[in-house]
Amino acid sequence: MTDVIQRMKDLPSTHLLGTGTAMCAGCGGLMSLHEVYDVLGTRTVFVNAAGCMTLLSIYPFTPFRGSWLYTAMASAPAGAQGVRDALDILIRKGRIQPGEDLTAVVLTGDGAAYGMGLSATSGAIERNLDFLYLCYDNEGYGNTGQQYSPATPHAALTATSRGARGYPGYKKDLFAIWAAHKPAYVATVIGAEPLDLAKKIEKAKSRKGPRLILALAPCPPGWDFDPQDSVEIGRLAVRTGVWPLKEYVDGKVVHTHVPHPRLPVEDYLKRQGRFRHLFEPTRNEPLLAEIQAAVDAYWTGVEHG
Amino acid sequence: MARTLLTGNAAAAWGARLAEVDYVPAFPITPQTEIIETLATWYGNGEMSGRLVTLESEHSMLTAAAAAAATGVRVFTATSSQGLLYAMEMIYTVAGWRAPFVLVNVSRGLASPLTLESDHNDLLSTRDSGFLQIVCATGQEVLDSVLLAYRLGEDARVRLPVIVNMDGFTTSFTREPVELPEPDAVRRFLPPFDPENVRFRASKPVSQAVAVLGGGAYSYFRYETHLAAREALTVYDEIAAAFEREFGRRHVAVESYRSEDADIVFFMIGAFATKAQEAVDRLREAGVKAGLVRPRLLRPYPVAAMRRVLSGKPAVAVIDQNLSMGKGGVLHTELTAALYGEQNMPPVVASFIGGLGGRDISSEEFYEIAATVQQAAARGETPAPRLLFTGTELRQFKKLQAIAVHERNELGGGS
Repeated sequence: MTDVIQRMKDLPSTHLLGTGTAMCAGCGGLMSLHEVYDVLGTRTVFVNAAGCMTLLSIYPFTPFRGSWLYTAMASAPAGAQGVRDALDILIRKGRIQPGEDLTAVVLTGDGAAYGMGLSATSGAIERNLDFLYLCYDNEGYGNTGQQYSPATPHAALTATSRGARGYPGYKKDLFAIWAAHKPAYVATVIGAEPLDLAKKIEKAKSRKGPRLILALAPCPPGWDFDPQDSVEIGRLAVRTGVWPLKEYVDGKVVHTHVPHPRLPVEDYLKRQGRFRHLFEPTRNEPLLAEIQAAVDAYWTGVEHG
Repeated sequence: MARTLLTGNAAAAWGARLAEVDYVPAFPITPQTEIIETLATWYGNGEMSGRLVTLESEHSMLTAAAAAAATGVRVFTATSSQGLLYAMEMIYTVAGWRAPFVLVNVSRGLASPLTLESDHNDLLSTRDSGFLQIVCATGQEVLDSVLLAYRLGEDARVRLPVIVNMDGFTTSFTREPVELPEPDAVRRFLPPFDPENVRFRASKPVSQAVAVLGGGAYSYFRYETHLAAREALTVYDEIAAAFEREFGRRHVAVESYRSEDADIVFFMIGAFATKAQEAVDRLREAGVKAGLVRPRLLRPYPVAAMRRVLSGKPAVAVIDQNLSMGKGGVLHTELTAALYGEQNMPPVVASFIGGLGGRDISSEEFYEIAATVQQAAARGETPAPRLLFTGTELRQFKKLQAIAVHERNELGGGS
């Protein structure tokens, strides 16, 4: 199947996800979910893990025109397994028409995806489950007030990393962990780059097996910036090289966008309150240099790798 | 009907096979593993149609089980002990989905210390979850109860998952003669699963298991689940009668053995109740009017039946194969709460803890328990709760301690 989305004007003009949800203003996760849902469509069941997006469906309201199943924080991929297997069985035994089939889509935050739910995700990939997995990565336990998670970037201030150097750990490379399982498809996306996102969802949709999408989700309250800057910060994440847009397909990692020239990372960092301590009261040059060096090293690997 | 020698585990697998289950999410754990191995063989050779999938944990296994049930297929799964506890978040979560399926739990003592043989703390940890609980004493009961459980859980008035419990080793690994019902008779008794409006279909989108805001909506759904579980008492009696008509075997909610005229009644669940039954016969021969009451249903709790069978009895000995730390026996607590304040209830309801981690309860201990409650009834005084442990056991344990100390000294550790 060839991609039908090639230009901005090919993006769906009908928007499927309802408005008026409990998500915060400027939520980067919701932005990407809107874009993903427009491409995936309503013949889907979103199997949700505990996180911000759990609050999308609060009795008796839902923004989804398709189906929804909330599970728990750790086991949404297992929920997708149960739904997928049951639909296969029902169709094979002739108890439902093939037209009643649905795509199982796991919807999870980084807290579940990078940590508690990683074992269930690994299991689902290894069982070659035919499903889509969408992680909105706001780089912390956002729903509980942005404590650091395994997705938190080095030096970020969170509710549980308040020291002068912020979070001492390093963001886990979930893309590489997923790709190591050799699934059908893996991609990073961001709502601020809707064309790149739509092309990847289109590609994921055309494949079978485990397909995993990692969406960086700029988070106004968690990252401490004005909601109106959400798109801009997303773009800066890409243009500074902090958030590489790439995909793993047919055994190879391909970058779908190589920022050139790359903007300095501090253009991205200084727009967010969670990194303010790197600039005020005085600039923390060594730490800024360390962050820039890590991004440079990544892209050196890409460009020469 | 064919009678064949089956382990309790094989009887559970046969129950699932005869119920024509579509889907088995699995995870191995001793002493339950034989169930999933048996089912895997049948799915593998085409004797069952559907799918068995091994998940990466019991937590995921329960999630997949309930998600499949919520999509509209008949689901069977099984676990034990630590596995049940690992799945605990989902045990509580999925009961509220109102998507029925059957979970066989093969009881095994909980860590610590880590052990393999049976007691009922694992089962009782799920007591307040919304799962219904049927507790079995024999292999035949295990098979029959799996069939009863599907019909009970799937009833439109109930719509709840059901745990069918057996004891690890004593029931799970013991071969007993089991009558295998004819598949056609099972189909008459248990019609195909009707998921009603709990299912996922492209043409009829639904949101399941959504969050609520506020205690009002939360209470509404919790009360609904509770009332459905209470309703299961009525439904159980109906289906047990239907089962008896179809198969000629009677599985009442609260079984009583020679208790009608009994002066003292043993009250217990599970495989060791068959030892109590034997003790009742011996005591009767010795002139003691003993009886046995064995609840098969723990949830819903058959309060009225308990009161009926225990009405007018001078003394009850509750033998708990479980221990609520800092309180005592769970069945004793529940029974006294059910009897308190009612007319004509036993004045003495004594508590005994025994059979933890598969520890035997010997005939002599049953006689000793009988003598204790008889004296208590005569005095009109309930004795203090007792933890069964013999002098011989203590001596054996002291030997183990002596070896531990000796070895440590010998190897120069702990210095």
